[in-house]
Amino acid sequence: MTLAAFVDLLSWACLLLGSFFCVVGAIGLLRMPDFYTRVHAASLIDTLGAGLILLGLLLQAGFTLVGVKLLMIALLIFFVSPTASHALTRAARLRGLAPLLADPLEQPPSKP
Amino acid sequence: MFAVAAIALLVTAALALARAALGPTVFDRLQAANTIGTCAMLLVAVMGFLNGRPEFLDLAIIYGLLNLIGMVAVLKFFRQGKLGEAEE
Repeated sequence: MTLAAFVDLLSWACLLLGSFFCVVGAIGLLRMPDFYTRVHAASLIDTLGAGLILLGLLLQAGFTLVGVKLLMIALLIFFVSPTASHALTRAARLRGLAPLLADPLEQPPSKP
Repeated sequence: MFAVAAIALLVTAALALARAALGPTVFDRLQAANTIGTCAMLLVAVMGFLNGRPEFLDLAIIYGLLNLIGMVAVLKFFRQGKLGEAEE
């Protein structure tokens, strides 16, 4: 087996695994019972799904300008997606949306 | 393989769209919109490779930036009721 065939195989495996995690995260986003658990399921798409798909594309691109752009996209997702999730859950918590299993007497945290 | 990834991303976007239509609170809809944005970004990249012209990646970068800015703007609007005027 040559090196090119091995890299192709690795890239296909990454693409398939990333697609699998994307679909699993989307099913979780649809079926989870609570907003916070839905955010948890959706963050799977942003980390593992997007990361593996971009890794597969990067193995296809090699050391070119396209590969550098793919790295920039991966870096953008790496920083932006947790920020967006954190801002979203924090806004929901400050707004008074209680988790499903929370103590109903517990007050939401006051504004810092 | 690129076609499989593209179909999986389309399925993901469709399920997120169902959550955006069903979602009881506005935050569910926002999370679904964010997921759809990420899926569209990845779909642009994958479709570029599928057509053999991977020059569309700049569009994917711009899409991701716009996704973040739009989401933060909507969240700030929901928390404060206004967009300008930095709070003291």
